[in-house]
Amino acid sequence: MSFTFKKRSNLPGFGLALGYTVLYLSLIVLIPLAATFLKASALTWGQFWHIVASPRAVASYRLTFGASLVGAVINLIFGILVAWVLVRYSFPGKRLFDTLVDLPFALPTAVAGIALTTIYAPNGWLGRPLASIGIKSAYSPLGVAIALTFIGLPFVVRSVQPVLEDMDKELEEAAASLGASRWQTFSRVVLPTILPAALAGFAMAFARAVGEYGSVVFISGNMPMRTEITPLLIITKLDQYDYKGATAIAVVMLVFSMILLLPINLLQKWSSRREEKPSDLIPEASET
Amino acid sequence: MATTISIRPANLPATRRVATAATGESAAVRWILIGLAVSFLALFIFLPLAIVFSQAFAKGIGVYWASLHTPDALAAIRLTLLAAGIAVPLNVVFGVAAAWAIGKFEFVGKSVLITLIDLPFSVSPVVSGLIYVLLFGLQGVLGPWLARHDLQIIFAVPGIVLATIFVTFPFVARELIPLIQAQGQEEEEAALALGASGWQTFFRVSLPNIKWGLLYGVILCNARAMGEFGAVSVVSGHIRGRTNTMPLHVEILYNEYQFAAAFAVASLLALLALATLVVKTIVEWRARRQLAESARWNDGNGEPA
Amino acid sequence: MSIEAQNITKKFGQFAALDQVSLKIPTGELVALLGPSGSGKTTLLRIIAGLEFADSGTVLFDGEDTTHRTARDRRVGFVFQHYALFRHMTVFENIAFGLKVRPRGVRPSKEQIQAKVYELLKLIQLKNLANRYPSQLSGGQRQRVALARALAVEPSVLLLDEPFGSLDAKVRLELRRWLRQLHDEVHITSVFVTHDQDEALEVADRIAVMNEGRIEQVGTPDEVYHRPLTPFVYNFLGNVNLFHGRIDEETPAIHDAATGELVYVRPHLLEIHRQSNGASNFRATIKHINSAGPLVKIEALTEWGAPVHVELSQEKFRELQLAKDEAVFIIPKELKVFHKKAV
Repeated sequence: MSFTFKKRSNLPGFGLALGYTVLYLSLIVLIPLAATFLKASALTWGQFWHIVASPRAVASYRLTFGASLVGAVINLIFGILVAWVLVRYSFPGKRLFDTLVDLPFALPTAVAGIALTTIYAPNGWLGRPLASIGIKSAYSPLGVAIALTFIGLPFVVRSVQPVLEDMDKELEEAAASLGASRWQTFSRVVLPTILPAALAGFAMAFARAVGEYGSVVFISGNMPMRTEITPLLIITKLDQYDYKGATAIAVVMLVFSMILLLPINLLQKWSSRREEKPSDLIPEASET
Repeated sequence: MATTISIRPANLPATRRVATAATGESAAVRWILIGLAVSFLALFIFLPLAIVFSQAFAKGIGVYWASLHTPDALAAIRLTLLAAGIAVPLNVVFGVAAAWAIGKFEFVGKSVLITLIDLPFSVSPVVSGLIYVLLFGLQGVLGPWLARHDLQIIFAVPGIVLATIFVTFPFVARELIPLIQAQGQEEEEAALALGASGWQTFFRVSLPNIKWGLLYGVILCNARAMGEFGAVSVVSGHIRGRTNTMPLHVEILYNEYQFAAAFAVASLLALLALATLVVKTIVEWRARRQLAESARWNDGNGEPA
Repeated sequence: MSIEAQNITKKFGQFAALDQVSLKIPTGELVALLGPSGSGKTTLLRIIAGLEFADSGTVLFDGEDTTHRTARDRRVGFVFQHYALFRHMTVFENIAFGLKVRPRGVRPSKEQIQAKVYELLKLIQLKNLANRYPSQLSGGQRQRVALARALAVEPSVLLLDEPFGSLDAKVRLELRRWLRQLHDEVHITSVFVTHDQDEALEVADRIAVMNEGRIEQVGTPDEVYHRPLTPFVYNFLGNVNLFHGRIDEETPAIHDAATGELVYVRPHLLEIHRQSNGASNFRATIKHINSAGPLVKIEALTEWGAPVHVELSQEKFRELQLAKDEAVFIIPKELKVFHKKAV
């Protein structure tokens, strides 16, 4: 049996399209990434480890991953809520809200950064009342979490919305006719159905938050060991011409992104699997 | 029939109040949920938008207008437009090519290709910029070669354009691939059978079918291209008047405590974002309608809804 | 549990799905709501179930007014057209669902639930498939699971919405008979919706024929087939030829007079003869013969150019030795005339 690279097809242009695609991909993505790993390989394991496990780096990981997780969890819960409200209910201004859900996606991160900082600064609209009850929002890990919640907001909502929209009303009616309360119907029937999509959105929000720079760097305060996020650490090292340091940390972030990509793809595939139509041409075996 | 095990309970709970819809939740629950959702959105979405515009105009229209007309601001606007103007068309051509190869053919390694195309999506912007520094910077892999030929990419406009291309790389492709996959082969095959060349088929048959998805991808690509901050920050060198895009200019103004000016420039970007959202909503609606129509068409029934 | 619907009206926007519909269903009866799409039959079923609320009218269960009760509180067993099985639960968990969601105080124990579910699995003959997921079952199997799930909560009423609509022809026949058998054993008051007249005629104790939001006739299969009260019922239940005619003293004669009454004749109630036998026949030319099947189907053209379908037994056909383009006489054995009623 011979190995075929491509299944036979009548349409032209495969070679040209694929060739250009691979070429462009290599130039823009693969070669620069290769250069990065090449540069990183110039370090010995000892050097590499020394950099990526330094207290300052570890503190930045804790903050970055921790705050990203908090933001993603908040978005998971409220994202499902918002998706439900947008799909199932009507209220004045719903269209407007629905359109604006995507704002964090469309708004330049620097704009978001300075806006959030101004709101939560000690003399800001929300910063002042919060400070008066002793909560420091801007220039603290809390501020970072707030910014990362903002940045991940659309992911869960937009992931869950189509699934909710497509959900067969009859499933809920069946549950109701069988005696389930509204909450039971939601938790036992609706939630399991939207869970894959919600989790995919969660993972995407988390991945986005971990790498986020522009929205966070203004509100965080950037104090090493306390409010310094990992992307900022990379930039700081670059500014000091510590290319080796910057590269090492960048490799950590790259590896993490790639590791996260797989579960995200799997979750998306899981949630988009359509119900297979039964084949009634299967002769029904004698059942006992 | 065998004896039935009856689990019918003697007394079941009393009837509840009438629900508005036969199987929905009560109005009270509904409004509480709506209230919660709206509050969440107001807090995270409306508030930041409001503050951008309120701060931008805090010192009056005069200051607002002047901030936008400083030489540095104008240079930043020009550079932003340039970067987007190059990145978006290039990514469109790529997106179309990738969608064609992936959407119409089956080949080994297809899913690997798709994953690789998605890669820039998951990479941190700072890292996106760094990888170009490591390739083209003075200390980079190609650094010495570029220095010899007196070419500068990093800390100059070409670097900014490259970084912008990288971060907006997947947008158009991601929109078009599922669209082209859903179109099926038949229309193109019909065109070819009628004697059209490959390019004719593409421009007259395939392209019109994906036009809304393409527009959608272009809008998203453009919004991200103009708004990119982290990646461009790394490669730019922050040289005022030369290598600052609008987002970088905002940062400089903000760090110099020129808040009104910073927010003035930011407000332009915010308006861009809002325009993007509006166009996105319109295009999304049209694209969805087209997708549904082509799915119905490919089912063969062709009956009106 | 007897069901009674009184003067139910339901509008969707401008469209009147149900218009003052009333129906009585005594305990233990298996009733079919039969009609074309848009006749309101599914709407009526869902109103009885509590999945929709009527704009006006009353629903009584055993004489008790349940019009404003929710579906959850009516305790009906509802079987959906597309099964509505919970995809993420196994067959076992689907059937057990109604029992598991009972409030703490009245929930049966795990052992009791298990026993009940297995009993039902035996009833629907799917004992070995308890741990399968709906996506691993055929359509017929899914439908049976849906039925078992509805029966698990021991409803007093069983409502089925086109239960066999999405199934293969052969499976449909099997399940049809199985439903009838089940009802004979369990005697639960049942209402099912169908647009398939064969199904209604074969399965139901009584049939309510519906059209455009109203009930045209309620009766046993025999009654609605042989003694239809309206042209619609006659037309819907079986094939029909339609003519214009004149009513004589004794025998209606069929002519092409457009001013005559509407005369309905079933294809198998027309006889073909080679000779005329008096007034009550007309001439026709044979155009097409289809002899594959239990009956021979003949298409002919009457002397005034109208098409007519006749069904003959294979015996009769062989006797007559008919061939295409032959001229014959057609005698109606039984006619149905609906006088235009003054509304």
